[in-house]
Amino acid sequence: MAVEIVERCHGTEGLLLVGIQRRGVELAERIGKLIEGAEGVAVPLGKLDITLYRDDLQAIGPRPVVGETSLPASLDDRTVVIVDDVLHTGRTVRAALDEFADFGRPRRILLCVLIDRGGRELPIQADVAGQTVRVGPGERVDVFVTELDGRDAVELARDS
Amino acid sequence: MTADATAVPALGKDLIGLETLSAAQIRVILDTAEPFKEVSERAIKKVPALRGKTIVNLFFEASTRTRISFEFAEKRLSADTVNVATQGSSVSKGETLVDTARNLEAMRIDMVVIRHGASGAAKFLGDRIESNVINAGDGKHEHPTQALLDILTLRDRFGELAGLKVAICGDILHSRVARSNIWCLTKLGVEVGVCGPPSLLPREVEALGVTVLPRIEDAIAWADALNVLRLQLERMQAGFIPSLREYNRVFGVTRERLERAPKDLVILHPGPMNRGVEIDSDVADGPFSVILPQVTNGVAVRMAVLYLLAGGTGAVAAAARGETS
Repeated sequence: MAVEIVERCHGTEGLLLVGIQRRGVELAERIGKLIEGAEGVAVPLGKLDITLYRDDLQAIGPRPVVGETSLPASLDDRTVVIVDDVLHTGRTVRAALDEFADFGRPRRILLCVLIDRGGRELPIQADVAGQTVRVGPGERVDVFVTELDGRDAVELARDS
Repeated sequence: MTADATAVPALGKDLIGLETLSAAQIRVILDTAEPFKEVSERAIKKVPALRGKTIVNLFFEASTRTRISFEFAEKRLSADTVNVATQGSSVSKGETLVDTARNLEAMRIDMVVIRHGASGAAKFLGDRIESNVINAGDGKHEHPTQALLDILTLRDRFGELAGLKVAICGDILHSRVARSNIWCLTKLGVEVGVCGPPSLLPREVEALGVTVLPRIEDAIAWADALNVLRLQLERMQAGFIPSLREYNRVFGVTRERLERAPKDLVILHPGPMNRGVEIDSDVADGPFSVILPQVTNGVAVRMAVLYLLAGGTGAVAAAARGETS
Protein backbone atom coordinates (compact mmCIF):
# COMPACT_ATOMS: atom_id res chain seq x y z
CA MET A 1 0.00 0.00 0.00
CA ALA A 2 2.88 2.36 0.86
CA VAL A 3 4.49 1.69 -2.51
CA GLU A 4 1.23 2.24 -4.33
CA ILE A 5 0.67 5.57 -2.57
CA VAL A 6 4.11 6.82 -3.58
CA GLU A 7 3.56 5.64 -7.16
CA ARG A 8 0.18 7.30 -7.43
CA CYS A 9 1.51 10.53 -5.97
CA HIS A 10 4.66 10.48 -8.14
CA GLY A 11 6.91 10.74 -5.09
CA THR A 12 6.58 12.21 -1.65
CA GLU A 13 6.58 15.91 -2.56
CA GLY A 14 3.79 17.68 -0.62
CA LEU A 15 2.46 14.37 0.65
CA LEU A 16 0.42 14.29 3.87
CA LEU A 17 -0.99 11.12 5.44
CA VAL A 18 -4.12 11.72 7.51
CA GLY A 19 -5.41 8.91 9.68
CA ILE A 20 -9.07 8.82 10.61
CA GLN A 21 -9.63 8.29 14.34
CA ARG A 22 -9.17 5.77 15.70
CA ARG A 23 -7.53 2.84 13.87
CA GLY A 24 -6.72 4.92 10.79
CA VAL A 25 -4.25 6.93 12.87
CA GLU A 26 -2.10 3.88 13.63
CA LEU A 27 -2.31 2.65 10.04
CA ALA A 28 -1.19 6.06 8.76
CA GLU A 29 1.79 5.98 11.13
CA ARG A 30 2.82 2.57 9.86
CA ILE A 31 2.47 3.55 6.20
CA GLY A 32 4.51 6.66 7.00
CA LYS A 33 7.31 4.49 8.42
CA LEU A 34 7.27 2.19 5.39
CA ILE A 35 7.50 5.15 3.02
CA GLU A 36 10.32 6.59 5.09
CA GLY A 37 12.15 3.26 4.95
CA ALA A 38 11.80 3.00 1.18
CA GLU A 39 12.24 6.62 0.15
CA GLY A 40 14.29 8.03 3.03
CA VAL A 41 11.84 10.91 3.48
CA ALA A 42 9.74 11.49 6.59
CA VAL A 43 6.17 12.03 5.47
CA PRO A 44 4.13 14.42 7.66
CA LEU A 45 1.20 12.84 9.48
CA GLY A 46 -2.11 14.26 10.58
CA LYS A 47 -5.12 12.90 12.38
CA LEU A 48 -8.72 13.66 11.87
CA ASP A 49 -11.78 13.08 14.01
CA ILE A 50 -14.92 13.34 11.93
CA THR A 51 -17.41 13.02 14.79
CA LEU A 52 -18.45 16.66 14.58
CA TYR A 53 -19.04 16.33 10.84
CA ARG A 54 -21.22 13.25 10.99
CA ASP A 55 -24.65 13.39 9.39
CA ASP A 56 -26.22 11.17 12.04
CA LEU A 57 -25.62 12.87 15.40
CA GLN A 58 -29.32 12.49 16.16
CA ALA A 59 -29.40 8.83 15.24
CA ILE A 60 -26.32 7.49 16.98
CA GLY A 61 -26.93 9.00 20.35
CA PRO A 62 -25.84 11.81 22.55
CA ARG A 63 -22.27 10.97 23.31
CA PRO A 64 -20.08 9.73 20.52
CA VAL A 65 -16.60 10.22 21.89
CA VAL A 66 -14.85 13.08 20.15
CA GLY A 67 -11.19 12.42 19.42
CA GLU A 68 -8.33 14.69 18.62
CA THR A 69 -7.90 16.41 15.27
CA SER A 70 -4.46 17.70 14.36
CA LEU A 71 -3.62 18.86 10.89
CA PRO A 72 -0.92 21.18 9.59
CA ALA A 73 -1.92 24.83 9.53
CA SER A 74 -2.76 24.72 5.86
CA LEU A 75 -3.63 21.96 3.45
CA ASP A 76 -3.28 24.21 0.43
CA ASP A 77 -1.47 22.56 -2.48
CA ARG A 78 -0.76 19.36 -0.61
CA THR A 79 -1.53 15.84 -1.69
CA VAL A 80 -3.60 14.45 1.16
CA VAL A 81 -3.99 10.71 1.60
CA ILE A 82 -6.89 9.73 3.84
CA VAL A 83 -6.05 6.51 5.70
CA ASP A 84 -8.77 4.45 7.34
CA ASP A 85 -9.23 0.85 8.42
CA VAL A 86 -12.51 -0.14 6.77
CA LEU A 87 -14.37 1.44 3.87
CA HIS A 88 -18.08 0.65 4.10
CA THR A 89 -20.85 3.18 3.42
CA GLY A 90 -18.47 6.01 2.53
CA ARG A 91 -20.11 8.38 4.99
CA THR A 92 -17.00 8.73 7.13
CA VAL A 93 -15.02 9.72 4.04
CA ARG A 94 -17.74 12.18 3.04
CA ALA A 95 -17.45 13.77 6.50
CA ALA A 96 -13.64 13.84 6.20
CA LEU A 97 -13.86 15.60 2.83
CA ASP A 98 -16.15 18.22 4.35
CA GLU A 99 -13.74 18.71 7.24
CA PHE A 100 -10.76 19.12 4.89
CA ALA A 101 -12.63 21.88 3.12
CA ASP A 102 -12.57 23.84 6.38
CA PHE A 103 -8.79 23.52 6.60
CA GLY A 104 -7.82 24.57 3.11
CA ARG A 105 -7.75 23.42 -0.47
CA PRO A 106 -5.55 20.38 -1.04
CA ARG A 107 -4.24 19.91 -4.56
CA ARG A 108 -5.46 16.35 -4.52
CA ILE A 109 -7.08 13.95 -2.04
CA LEU A 110 -6.66 10.17 -2.22
CA LEU A 111 -8.33 7.48 -0.19
CA CYS A 112 -6.35 4.55 1.18
CA VAL A 113 -8.07 1.80 3.21
CA LEU A 114 -6.92 -1.49 4.64
CA ILE A 115 -10.21 -3.26 3.90
CA ASP A 116 -12.84 -2.38 1.31
CA ARG A 117 -15.92 -4.27 2.40
CA GLY A 118 -18.37 -2.90 -0.17
CA GLY A 119 -21.82 -1.62 0.77
CA ARG A 120 -21.34 1.97 -0.36
CA GLU A 121 -24.15 4.48 0.12
CA LEU A 122 -22.28 7.34 -1.54
CA PRO A 123 -20.29 7.64 -4.78
CA ILE A 124 -16.92 7.22 -3.06
CA GLN A 125 -14.22 4.67 -3.98
CA ALA A 126 -10.79 3.83 -2.58
CA ASP A 127 -7.68 4.68 -4.59
CA VAL A 128 -5.62 2.17 -2.66
CA ALA A 129 -7.15 -0.82 -0.87
CA GLY A 130 -5.19 -3.52 0.96
CA GLN A 131 -7.88 -6.10 0.50
CA THR A 132 -11.36 -6.17 -0.96
CA VAL A 133 -13.78 -8.52 0.74
CA ARG A 134 -17.38 -9.41 0.16
CA VAL A 135 -19.31 -9.02 3.39
CA GLY A 136 -22.86 -10.23 3.73
CA PRO A 137 -25.62 -8.39 5.55
CA GLY A 138 -25.41 -8.88 9.30
CA GLU A 139 -21.65 -9.28 9.14
CA ARG A 140 -19.03 -6.85 10.25
CA VAL A 141 -15.31 -6.34 9.67
CA ASP A 142 -13.22 -5.64 12.76
CA VAL A 143 -9.66 -4.38 12.41
CA PHE A 144 -7.31 -4.75 15.36
CA VAL A 145 -3.94 -3.01 15.65
CA THR A 146 -1.23 -3.83 18.16
CA GLU A 147 -0.98 -0.23 19.40
CA LEU A 148 -4.58 -0.18 20.62
CA ASP A 149 -5.68 -3.80 20.78
CA GLY A 150 -2.50 -5.74 21.50
CA ARG A 151 -2.60 -7.67 18.21
CA ASP A 152 -2.80 -7.18 14.48
CA ALA A 153 -5.81 -8.86 12.95
CA VAL A 154 -8.72 -8.45 10.60
CA GLU A 155 -11.77 -10.46 11.58
CA LEU A 156 -15.12 -11.06 10.02
CA ALA A 157 -17.71 -11.11 12.77
CA ARG A 158 -21.43 -11.62 12.88
CA ASP A 159 -23.32 -8.60 14.13
CA SER A 160 -24.71 -9.31 17.55
CA MET B 1 -10.06 10.41 26.16
CA THR B 2 -12.19 8.27 28.41
CA ALA B 3 -12.61 5.08 26.46
CA ASP B 4 -15.71 4.07 28.39
CA ALA B 5 -17.47 7.41 27.95
CA THR B 6 -20.39 5.64 26.35
CA ALA B 7 -20.93 3.66 29.56
CA VAL B 8 -21.62 6.82 31.59
CA PRO B 9 -25.29 7.84 31.88
CA ALA B 10 -26.18 10.70 29.55
CA LEU B 11 -26.55 14.15 31.06
CA GLY B 12 -30.28 14.16 30.51
CA LYS B 13 -32.34 16.93 28.98
CA ASP B 14 -31.01 19.88 30.94
CA LEU B 15 -27.88 21.09 32.68
CA ILE B 16 -29.19 22.80 35.79
CA GLY B 17 -26.35 22.27 38.23
CA LEU B 18 -23.42 20.09 39.16
CA GLU B 19 -24.89 18.95 42.46
CA THR B 20 -26.89 16.26 40.68
CA LEU B 21 -24.17 15.04 38.31
CA SER B 22 -21.82 12.17 39.04
CA ALA B 23 -18.04 12.48 38.93
CA ALA B 24 -18.06 10.32 35.79
CA GLN B 25 -20.55 12.61 34.04
CA ILE B 26 -18.45 15.65 34.95
CA ARG B 27 -15.37 13.92 33.53
CA VAL B 28 -17.21 13.21 30.27
CA ILE B 29 -17.95 16.94 29.92
CA LEU B 30 -14.33 17.89 30.66
CA ASP B 31 -12.98 15.22 28.27
CA THR B 32 -15.39 16.31 25.54
CA ALA B 33 -14.19 19.90 25.98
CA GLU B 34 -10.61 18.89 25.10
CA PRO B 35 -11.13 18.39 21.33
CA PHE B 36 -13.30 21.52 21.20
CA LYS B 37 -10.35 23.64 22.32
CA GLU B 38 -8.72 22.86 19.00
CA VAL B 39 -11.75 24.01 16.98
CA SER B 40 -11.30 27.55 18.30
CA GLU B 41 -7.65 27.51 17.15
CA ARG B 42 -8.55 26.72 13.53
CA ALA B 43 -8.55 29.30 10.78
CA ILE B 44 -12.20 28.40 10.15
CA LYS B 45 -13.57 28.17 13.68
CA LYS B 46 -16.62 26.15 12.91
CA VAL B 47 -17.80 22.56 12.85
CA PRO B 48 -21.24 21.50 11.61
CA ALA B 49 -22.25 19.41 14.65
CA LEU B 50 -25.30 21.52 15.61
CA ARG B 51 -26.29 22.65 12.14
CA GLY B 52 -30.00 23.40 12.03
CA LYS B 53 -30.39 23.70 15.81
CA THR B 54 -31.92 26.90 17.11
CA ILE B 55 -30.71 28.15 20.48
CA VAL B 56 -32.13 31.06 22.47
CA ASN B 57 -29.96 32.87 24.97
CA LEU B 58 -32.42 34.19 27.50
CA PHE B 59 -30.62 36.56 29.83
CA PHE B 60 -32.61 38.18 32.60
CA GLU B 61 -29.45 39.51 34.25
CA ALA B 62 -26.56 41.50 32.88
CA SER B 63 -23.74 39.42 31.47
CA THR B 64 -20.95 40.01 29.01
CA ARG B 65 -18.54 37.15 29.35
CA THR B 66 -20.99 34.30 29.83
CA ARG B 67 -23.41 35.40 27.14
CA ILE B 68 -20.71 36.02 24.55
CA SER B 69 -18.97 32.78 25.47
CA PHE B 70 -22.19 30.82 24.97
CA GLU B 71 -22.83 32.64 21.73
CA PHE B 72 -19.37 31.81 20.38
CA ALA B 73 -19.78 28.20 21.48
CA GLU B 74 -23.14 27.97 19.70
CA LYS B 75 -21.88 29.62 16.53
CA ARG B 76 -18.73 27.49 16.38
CA LEU B 77 -21.01 24.45 16.44
CA SER B 78 -23.05 25.97 13.57
CA ALA B 79 -26.23 26.47 15.58
CA ASP B 80 -28.53 29.42 14.88
CA THR B 81 -28.77 31.73 17.85
CA VAL B 82 -31.07 34.43 19.12
CA ASN B 83 -30.31 36.64 22.10
CA VAL B 84 -33.17 37.85 24.24
CA ALA B 85 -32.31 40.51 26.76
CA THR B 86 -35.01 41.47 29.19
CA GLN B 87 -34.88 45.13 28.33
CA GLY B 88 -36.71 45.73 25.08
CA SER B 89 -38.53 42.40 25.26
CA SER B 90 -42.02 41.51 26.44
CA VAL B 91 -40.50 40.59 29.80
CA SER B 92 -40.44 44.29 30.57
CA LYS B 93 -44.18 44.33 29.87
CA GLY B 94 -44.73 41.80 32.63
CA GLU B 95 -44.75 38.52 30.71
CA THR B 96 -43.87 35.57 32.91
CA LEU B 97 -40.82 33.41 32.40
CA VAL B 98 -42.84 30.40 31.32
CA ASP B 99 -44.96 32.39 28.88
CA THR B 100 -41.85 33.87 27.29
CA ALA B 101 -40.29 30.44 26.94
CA ARG B 102 -43.47 28.80 25.61
CA ASN B 103 -43.80 31.51 23.01
CA LEU B 104 -40.22 30.91 21.96
CA GLU B 105 -40.90 27.18 21.81
CA ALA B 106 -43.89 27.83 19.58
CA MET B 107 -41.33 29.15 17.10
CA ARG B 108 -39.64 25.73 17.22
CA ILE B 109 -36.46 26.24 19.12
CA ASP B 110 -34.23 23.43 20.40
CA MET B 111 -32.37 24.82 23.39
CA VAL B 112 -32.56 27.65 25.89
CA VAL B 113 -29.60 29.08 27.76
CA ILE B 114 -30.99 30.97 30.72
CA ARG B 115 -29.58 33.38 33.25
CA HIS B 116 -31.98 34.57 35.90
CA GLY B 117 -31.80 36.37 39.23
CA ALA B 118 -34.00 33.84 41.00
CA SER B 119 -32.49 30.63 42.38
CA GLY B 120 -34.23 27.68 40.78
CA ALA B 121 -35.36 29.54 37.65
CA ALA B 122 -33.48 27.19 35.32
CA LYS B 123 -35.01 24.07 36.81
CA PHE B 124 -38.43 25.68 36.88
CA LEU B 125 -38.14 26.37 33.17
CA GLY B 126 -36.61 22.99 32.32
CA ASP B 127 -39.50 21.20 33.98
CA ARG B 128 -42.01 23.12 31.88
CA ILE B 129 -40.65 23.17 28.35
CA GLU B 130 -39.45 20.46 26.00
CA SER B 131 -36.31 22.23 24.81
CA ASN B 132 -32.99 21.51 26.47
CA VAL B 133 -32.28 24.08 29.18
CA ILE B 134 -28.78 25.14 30.21
CA ASN B 135 -28.33 27.12 33.38
CA ALA B 136 -26.06 30.12 32.81
CA GLY B 137 -26.47 31.24 36.42
CA ASP B 138 -29.62 31.28 38.55
CA GLY B 139 -29.66 33.53 41.60
CA LYS B 140 -27.50 32.12 44.39
CA HIS B 141 -27.99 28.54 43.24
CA GLU B 142 -25.52 27.36 40.57
CA HIS B 143 -23.48 28.47 37.58
CA PRO B 144 -22.37 25.07 36.30
CA THR B 145 -20.47 26.06 33.16
CA GLN B 146 -18.37 28.55 35.14
CA ALA B 147 -17.31 25.85 37.59
CA LEU B 148 -16.60 23.44 34.74
CA LEU B 149 -14.34 25.94 32.99
CA ASP B 150 -12.56 26.69 36.29
CA ILE B 151 -11.92 23.00 36.76
CA LEU B 152 -10.84 22.43 33.16
CA THR B 153 -8.31 25.24 33.69
CA LEU B 154 -7.09 23.63 36.91
CA ARG B 155 -6.75 20.30 35.11
CA ASP B 156 -4.72 21.97 32.36
CA ARG B 157 -2.36 23.37 34.99
CA PHE B 158 -2.07 20.48 37.42
CA GLY B 159 -2.90 17.42 35.32
CA GLU B 160 -4.28 15.39 38.18
CA LEU B 161 -7.13 16.91 40.21
CA ALA B 162 -7.47 14.43 43.06
CA GLY B 163 -5.63 15.61 46.16
CA LEU B 164 -5.34 19.19 44.94
CA LYS B 165 -6.22 21.97 47.38
CA VAL B 166 -8.33 24.84 46.08
CA ALA B 167 -9.39 27.78 48.23
CA ILE B 168 -12.42 29.79 47.14
CA CYS B 169 -12.10 33.31 48.50
CA GLY B 170 -14.63 36.06 48.98
CA ASP B 171 -18.41 36.21 49.08
CA ILE B 172 -19.29 32.53 49.39
CA LEU B 173 -22.75 33.27 50.75
CA HIS B 174 -24.18 34.90 47.63
CA SER B 175 -22.05 33.10 45.06
CA ARG B 176 -23.48 30.55 42.63
CA VAL B 177 -19.95 30.16 41.27
CA ALA B 178 -18.74 29.07 44.71
CA ARG B 179 -21.59 26.62 45.10
CA SER B 180 -21.05 24.98 41.70
CA ASN B 181 -17.31 24.82 42.32
CA ILE B 182 -17.74 23.21 45.73
CA TRP B 183 -20.07 20.52 44.36
CA CYS B 184 -17.88 19.77 41.40
CA LEU B 185 -14.45 19.91 43.08
CA THR B 186 -15.42 17.73 46.02
CA LYS B 187 -16.88 15.09 43.67
CA LEU B 188 -13.57 15.00 41.80
CA GLY B 189 -11.56 14.47 44.97
CA VAL B 190 -10.25 18.02 45.31
CA GLU B 191 -9.91 19.44 48.82
CA VAL B 192 -11.86 22.68 48.99
CA GLY B 193 -11.30 25.53 51.41
CA VAL B 194 -13.40 28.67 51.73
CA CYS B 195 -12.13 31.99 52.95
CA GLY B 196 -14.04 35.20 53.53
CA PRO B 197 -15.56 37.48 56.16
CA PRO B 198 -17.82 35.48 58.50
CA SER B 199 -20.76 37.61 57.34
CA LEU B 200 -20.23 36.29 53.78
CA LEU B 201 -19.86 32.60 54.64
CA PRO B 202 -23.00 30.46 54.68
CA ARG B 203 -23.92 29.03 58.06
CA GLU B 204 -22.77 25.44 58.46
CA VAL B 205 -20.69 25.67 55.31
CA GLU B 206 -18.57 22.77 56.63
CA ALA B 207 -21.53 20.50 55.93
CA LEU B 208 -20.64 20.86 52.23
CA GLY B 209 -17.35 19.11 52.96
CA VAL B 210 -15.12 22.18 52.89
CA THR B 211 -12.50 23.57 55.25
CA VAL B 212 -13.08 27.08 56.59
CA LEU B 213 -9.96 29.21 56.39
CA PRO B 214 -10.57 32.30 58.53
CA ARG B 215 -7.82 34.53 57.16
CA ILE B 216 -6.62 35.07 53.61
CA GLU B 217 -3.09 34.28 54.84
CA ASP B 218 -4.37 30.86 55.96
CA ALA B 219 -5.87 30.24 52.53
CA ILE B 220 -2.65 31.23 50.77
CA ALA B 221 -0.55 29.00 53.03
CA TRP B 222 -2.92 26.05 52.59
CA ALA B 223 -3.92 26.03 48.92
CA ASP B 224 -2.41 25.05 45.57
CA ALA B 225 -4.81 27.40 43.77
CA LEU B 226 -7.03 30.32 44.75
CA ASN B 227 -10.35 30.98 43.08
CA VAL B 228 -10.91 34.65 43.94
CA LEU B 229 -14.56 35.65 43.68
CA ARG B 230 -15.81 39.05 42.73
CA LEU B 231 -16.98 41.13 45.66
CA GLN B 232 -20.33 42.44 44.56
CA LEU B 233 -20.43 46.08 45.43
CA GLU B 234 -24.07 45.86 46.51
CA ARG B 235 -22.90 43.81 49.47
CA MET B 236 -21.28 46.82 51.03
CA GLN B 237 -24.49 48.83 50.89
CA ALA B 238 -26.28 45.90 52.48
CA GLY B 239 -23.89 46.01 55.41
CA PHE B 240 -22.10 42.70 54.94
CA ILE B 241 -18.71 44.40 54.96
CA PRO B 242 -17.68 47.77 56.41
CA SER B 243 -15.91 49.17 53.35
CA LEU B 244 -14.16 48.09 50.16
CA ARG B 245 -10.86 49.48 51.37
CA GLU B 246 -11.06 47.47 54.55
CA TYR B 247 -12.01 44.36 52.57
CA ASN B 248 -8.91 44.81 50.43
CA ARG B 249 -6.73 45.34 53.50
CA VAL B 250 -7.98 42.18 55.24
CA PHE B 251 -8.96 39.82 52.41
CA GLY B 252 -7.35 41.24 49.26
CA VAL B 253 -5.11 38.88 47.29
CA THR B 254 -1.95 40.93 46.97
CA ARG B 255 1.51 40.21 45.64
CA GLU B 256 3.03 40.76 49.08
CA ARG B 257 0.80 38.09 50.58
CA LEU B 258 1.48 35.63 47.76
CA GLU B 259 5.23 36.15 48.04
CA ARG B 260 5.08 34.87 51.60
CA ALA B 261 3.42 31.62 50.45
CA PRO B 262 5.49 28.41 50.58
CA LYS B 263 4.78 27.76 46.87
CA ASP B 264 3.50 29.54 43.77
CA LEU B 265 -0.28 29.60 43.70
CA VAL B 266 -2.38 29.43 40.57
CA ILE B 267 -4.87 32.30 40.61
CA LEU B 268 -8.36 32.02 39.14
CA HIS B 269 -11.07 34.67 38.99
CA PRO B 270 -14.46 34.26 37.29
CA GLY B 271 -14.62 37.96 36.37
CA PRO B 272 -15.49 40.73 36.17
CA MET B 273 -12.66 41.77 38.48
CA ASN B 274 -12.67 44.62 40.94
CA ARG B 275 -9.01 45.44 40.73
CA GLY B 276 -7.75 46.71 44.07
CA VAL B 277 -10.62 45.18 45.99
CA GLU B 278 -10.54 41.38 46.04
CA ILE B 279 -7.49 41.12 43.80
CA ASP B 280 -4.56 43.43 43.05
CA SER B 281 -3.53 44.20 39.50
CA ASP B 282 -0.06 42.76 40.13
CA VAL B 283 -1.66 39.40 40.85
CA ALA B 284 -4.36 39.51 38.18
CA ASP B 285 -1.78 40.24 35.48
CA GLY B 286 0.96 38.17 37.09
CA PRO B 287 2.64 34.99 35.88
CA PHE B 288 0.44 32.65 37.94
CA SER B 289 -2.86 34.12 36.86
CA VAL B 290 -4.96 31.86 34.61
CA ILE B 291 -7.80 34.33 34.32
CA LEU B 292 -7.60 34.63 30.53
CA PRO B 293 -7.07 30.87 29.94
CA GLN B 294 -10.27 30.47 31.96
CA VAL B 295 -12.11 32.60 29.42
CA THR B 296 -10.66 30.59 26.52
CA ASN B 297 -11.68 27.32 28.18
CA GLY B 298 -15.16 28.71 28.75
CA VAL B 299 -15.97 28.47 25.06
CA ALA B 300 -14.72 24.86 24.86
CA VAL B 301 -16.65 23.77 27.94
CA ARG B 302 -19.85 25.35 26.66
CA MET B 303 -19.39 23.72 23.28
CA ALA B 304 -19.05 20.39 25.06
CA VAL B 305 -22.21 20.93 27.10
CA LEU B 306 -24.23 22.08 24.08
CA TYR B 307 -22.96 19.16 22.02
CA LEU B 308 -23.67 16.55 24.69
CA LEU B 309 -27.18 17.85 25.39
CA ALA B 310 -28.07 18.30 21.73
CA GLY B 311 -26.95 14.80 20.81
CA GLY B 312 -30.38 13.48 21.55
CA THR B 313 -32.79 12.75 24.32
CA GLY B 314 -33.97 9.38 25.49
CA ALA B 315 -33.86 6.14 23.56
CA VAL B 316 -30.74 6.64 21.55
CA ALA B 317 -28.06 4.90 23.60
CA ALA B 318 -28.73 1.54 21.97
CA ALA B 319 -27.97 2.96 18.55
CA ALA B 320 -24.59 4.18 19.76
CA ARG B 321 -23.10 0.79 18.95
CA GLY B 322 -23.69 1.41 15.22
CA GLU B 323 -20.80 1.21 12.80
CA THR B 324 -18.99 4.38 11.94
CA SER B 325 -17.55 3.52 8.55
